[in-house]
Amino acid sequence: MNKIKCECGHINPEGTVLCEACGKPVEGNQHIDGNDGKKLLNMRYDGSARRSQTYQKSIIDKIWSFFSSVKVGVWLIVLALIASIFGTIFPQEQFIPQDAVSRDPAIFYEDRYGIWGLMYYQLGFHHMYSSYWFITLIALIGISLVICSLDRFVPLFRALRNQKPKKHKKFLSRQRLYSESINVDDSDVDKLVQGLKNSRYKITEEDGQILAEKGRFSRWGPYVNHIGLIIILIAAILRTTPIMFTEEYMWVREGEQRVIPGTNNQYYIENKDFILETHDQNDERFQEAFLKEEEIASNFQTDVVVYEAKNADVVGAEPELEPILEHSIKMNNPAKFDKYTLYQQGYQLNEFDNMSFHIHEADDSEEKSLGDFTINLSNPESVYELDSGFRVELTNYYPDYIMTENGNPASETDFPRNPAFVVTVYPPDSEEGEVSFLGIGRNIDATGENQYKVAIDDVEFRDVSGIAVSSDRTLPYFFAGAMIFMIGVIQGMYWQHRRVWINKQKGNTLLLAAHTNKNWHGIKRDIEKAVADTNITMVEDQQEIDE
Amino acid sequence: MDLYSISSGALLIAFILYLVATFFFGGAIRQDKSERHQKTKAGSIGLVITIIGFASQLVYFITRWMLTGHAPVSNLFEFTTFLGMSMIFAFIIIYIYYKTAFLGVFALPLATIIIAYASMFSTGAAPLVPSLQSNWLHIHVTTVALGQGILFISFVAGLMYLIRQIDQTKLTFRNGMLEAVIYCIFLFIGFIVITTIFNAVSYQATFEVDRDGQAVMAEYQLPPLAAPKDSTLLSENVMNPWFEAPAWMHGDEAGRKLNTVIWSFFTGTIIYGIAFLISRKRIGKRLHPLVKGVKPDMLDEIMYRSVAIGFPVFTLGGLIFAAIWAQLAWGRFWGWDPKEVWALITWFFYAAFLHLRLSRGWHGEKSGWLAVVGFAIIMFNLIVVNLILASLHSYA
Repeated sequence: MNKIKCECGHINPEGTVLCEACGKPVEGNQHIDGNDGKKLLNMRYDGSARRSQTYQKSIIDKIWSFFSSVKVGVWLIVLALIASIFGTIFPQEQFIPQDAVSRDPAIFYEDRYGIWGLMYYQLGFHHMYSSYWFITLIALIGISLVICSLDRFVPLFRALRNQKPKKHKKFLSRQRLYSESINVDDSDVDKLVQGLKNSRYKITEEDGQILAEKGRFSRWGPYVNHIGLIIILIAAILRTTPIMFTEEYMWVREGEQRVIPGTNNQYYIENKDFILETHDQNDERFQEAFLKEEEIASNFQTDVVVYEAKNADVVGAEPELEPILEHSIKMNNPAKFDKYTLYQQGYQLNEFDNMSFHIHEADDSEEKSLGDFTINLSNPESVYELDSGFRVELTNYYPDYIMTENGNPASETDFPRNPAFVVTVYPPDSEEGEVSFLGIGRNIDATGENQYKVAIDDVEFRDVSGIAVSSDRTLPYFFAGAMIFMIGVIQGMYWQHRRVWINKQKGNTLLLAAHTNKNWHGIKRDIEKAVADTNITMVEDQQEIDE
Repeated sequence: MDLYSISSGALLIAFILYLVATFFFGGAIRQDKSERHQKTKAGSIGLVITIIGFASQLVYFITRWMLTGHAPVSNLFEFTTFLGMSMIFAFIIIYIYYKTAFLGVFALPLATIIIAYASMFSTGAAPLVPSLQSNWLHIHVTTVALGQGILFISFVAGLMYLIRQIDQTKLTFRNGMLEAVIYCIFLFIGFIVITTIFNAVSYQATFEVDRDGQAVMAEYQLPPLAAPKDSTLLSENVMNPWFEAPAWMHGDEAGRKLNTVIWSFFTGTIIYGIAFLISRKRIGKRLHPLVKGVKPDMLDEIMYRSVAIGFPVFTLGGLIFAAIWAQLAWGRFWGWDPKEVWALITWFFYAAFLHLRLSRGWHGEKSGWLAVVGFAIIMFNLIVVNLILASLHSYA
């Protein structure tokens, strides 16, 4: 390392642009901050020696220089921005609407958006934000954040710690705000210092030379907010592991008790009641809204009891359930227990619960019952033995019946939304059964020769709640990251690092120079106030944009 | 008087006062170098009128809140009006700090256009659906609007910088682009004017649209130039549509939206043309003398500082509060919904802006362009994402 000794005696690290102590421009290094041929000095990092600007030989140096460049950082941000825009042209795959022809992305995009949709799908834009290259881009931004911050923070910290009130004239005269005053009384200097003190500047005096400084901590704002962002990115990586984050979705019927998925059979849930409420349509205040929509929901709520299984780890044992929580889960009011949170996310009204039937003779116009039975639609039995001796075999069950294009019966989903059955009825002591097809509004005799008919007596309905179960241990990290980001960004944006140098030269000349990292208007006002009643010349802004 | 009339009356008063204040700020612009950036009587009057207007708008806000039982930020009209209000608020703060009357000449009319634009949407109050029933509605939405209001000031300062600094003596690419930005503002005015005219005469045309075999009604409040796809006109004595909306535009509302866009272009262009004929020069050139007395440094500083102040507020409201609420309501703090993505795009953009300010050569004019583009992104998120891209936030 070739240390640079300044004429003021301070020893600077290699690559220093402005002496850390007196600010004198180091000869031969001025190109680094672009000071050559410029009237004003680049004060962005106080002319400190940044690794990226100093060492450029080895491959590591080159990678370091690459990622420490703000220009590269901005490019990465712009690329992420453009990629994000492309991801919103058509809906992402998770937002393919329910009413789409097919929810299969391979079909949906071309069907709805034609050739552009096909291209969108083939380029993988339909899952843009989980694509490897998008994630890589974000990761590169993360690397850039770390390297940029380290590259600047360390030398800047050094430079600000080593700064001295006495500055070289070349440093002062090349500040944006500068003035020279002659024949200044000491009392005027005192007034100036007092004025700055009143504006809460901290005064450092050494050998009669003065530095007034305030808000230095704002210089660390960018590094603090970058730490916050890094924490957020790390939390995002952690969230991809099942230890930190799991998410399940379950449908729970009213009255049903079931194990909560994703909890290792440790917790059970019972749905006491699902409630859907709507706003009062006669409410005068909202008449205009009700013209457009007849019903506006006001509440989705599931009243649940959560149980803990006391002996969940005993294989084969019937779990002993102990209620631990009663809660009305609503939107904006999830239920929390242990590390899990339950969210109200969906519902299905009036799902078929039970259907009861009776058997009668086909030609009996009074339909006199020869025995009845009830099918539990979410848990049907395969054979129903009737008291009267009839036996009904459930040959086929279609919970959500549809007729396929080639004329075969099928079930669209596993939910009993439109139940249909093929049953075989065996009369008492007979081995020969009769096949019937039963459904809502359907009662088809397969052969046309059936002696007995099965009729629907009653249907019971119940609601189903869709509940998301999530266990997210990363939330505190995201929150901490966000808070640190906010602190950093406020620290850096709402305060400014202002410095005023007051240096006496030989022959009673006073050099006044000032620098701030932002809000030049503010620092000018501070100085203006402080020099108001003195003979000291107000600093001149040497960088006004030409008029 | 009922609350509803008080509320709408107060909003109208605010609207008028903002326009009146604009003229006072216009009178406060000093061409004389020595008197610049000093308090002037006209400027002070302008500020007082603006503050009274703001108070009046606050009355609108509070009475409407009392009326509906929730903060009026839940539909497009309410949110956009509130955005206009926060723009005025940001302007008042900046004025108190910088004493910049000249800023009012541009900021007030632009904010007023936003408020007028808001009133073109259904002003009826709607009860809150379950997902919106949360205090986070107030916290999240008001913070976002405040952040955007402050960023709006950077747009105003940036626009003024461009008008001030770009050479208007001959037609160049740069002042052509500037003129295009100004033309876009005229399109907003066109939308407002044409909607107001046809609302005043209660124009209505109804179509029956075939949607997968089902008949759906589509209501037009503007004469139909573009009909919905596969539709029949039901109304009589209205003009016959010239063409049908193309098939790739989806949704029952696509035809009506396209029709509105066409009308806005049409009217905006005519108004721009009239303005052009009256001033007999490009509008940018016409406005140039108005800002000649303003120090460009000052504009650059205001532009940068409002980004520096607005960016954290926007981050807090648009990303952090938004994520907290999304976590509570939907169980996921981030879901790549278009509105969320566009908030992230806005954030990326201003982050890039702040980083570019670190390097030389990005102050001044380049920053001015960035400030304009940044605000265009915000408006895109407000208008296009709400009205065109499908989103959980489509509450128009």
